[in-house]
Amino acid sequence: MPQKHLINFKEFKAGALLSLPICAGYFAVSFALGITAKDAGINAPLAALMSFTNLASAGQFAGITLIMAEASFFETFLTILVINMRYGLMSLTLTQKLAKGTGTIKRLLIAYGNTDEIFGVSSTRSEPLTGSFMAGLEIFPILSWTAGTFIGSVAGNILSERILSALGIALFGMFVSIVVPPATKHRPTAIVALISMGLSLLMYFVPVFSENISSGFRVIICTLTAAFVGALFFPTPEEKKEADQNA
Amino acid sequence: MPENKNIMIYLLIMALTTYAIRAIPLVLLRREIKNIYVKRFLYYVPFACLTAMTVPSVFFSTANILSAVIGFAVAMVLGLFRANLPLTATLACVAVYVTDRIMDLAG
Repeated sequence: MPQKHLINFKEFKAGALLSLPICAGYFAVSFALGITAKDAGINAPLAALMSFTNLASAGQFAGITLIMAEASFFETFLTILVINMRYGLMSLTLTQKLAKGTGTIKRLLIAYGNTDEIFGVSSTRSEPLTGSFMAGLEIFPILSWTAGTFIGSVAGNILSERILSALGIALFGMFVSIVVPPATKHRPTAIVALISMGLSLLMYFVPVFSENISSGFRVIICTLTAAFVGALFFPTPEEKKEADQNA
Repeated sequence: MPENKNIMIYLLIMALTTYAIRAIPLVLLRREIKNIYVKRFLYYVPFACLTAMTVPSVFFSTANILSAVIGFAVAMVLGLFRANLPLTATLACVAVYVTDRIMDLAG
């Protein structure tokens, strides 16, 4: 009779260890978010509540702007929808990596913590993603994100400007570390990343695009286009492996 | 500035919208996708997505563009040598810190 524990500790621990750099990066970004929220007149408990319930940096910065401007609720909904739509694409990708038989409740819990960074780190794992692994990966960054916001709001001056500046790049360092090593082993991956980068730069710096396309849409358009080109022209490393085995 | 009760409504809209985006695909799509093109597409999504989020935003993530460029360059070199993730993230931060400090001294 197989053991039925709620949590597989080994899986949980593997996820938790991988989440440590995310925790550090989240603390810095949410700390800055807390300062922004305070300057906008949102009190610390509300700012922390926003972080705890949203887990979305760009979406929350936009949300603060919307709240300050007393935007309509419909406009708030639409803006958040556009900025955060990329998470839908990430969740879609995640469905194919979940361990077989992951039930609805686990899926609902995993969905809550599916941030850019957690999705990025989970995509580097070769094993199927279990509920325990995802719990370990998600819980500590969620706490860090919430606590960082609260502390940034009540004690924004405890971290020096220089430390905050340095920590500001942490999450991007993570992204580089997720994208570049696989791209050195598989040329099409590099090409897809370069297409995405080129498009992103184009849309950011050419006024005709940057004036009309929000940051959320920019990421979506780049992702869809570059991944589409990849799908049309390039086999994945896994396909290549299977083809080699069959040959 | 709206009062706290109104802010709660904003937070509720934001949270529900964001959660729905994340949860709907995860709950609805349960079968394994067999179509080779869709599989490829989903394989490339993380790379395309993280790259678009990094460039050019990374250049505005620190106190000034120079320290960001140097931090990014350090991360890229470490990535090309396939250094692990915590090391890459940490050394990028250190590079930014050192650059900012040197610039402070240089005035």
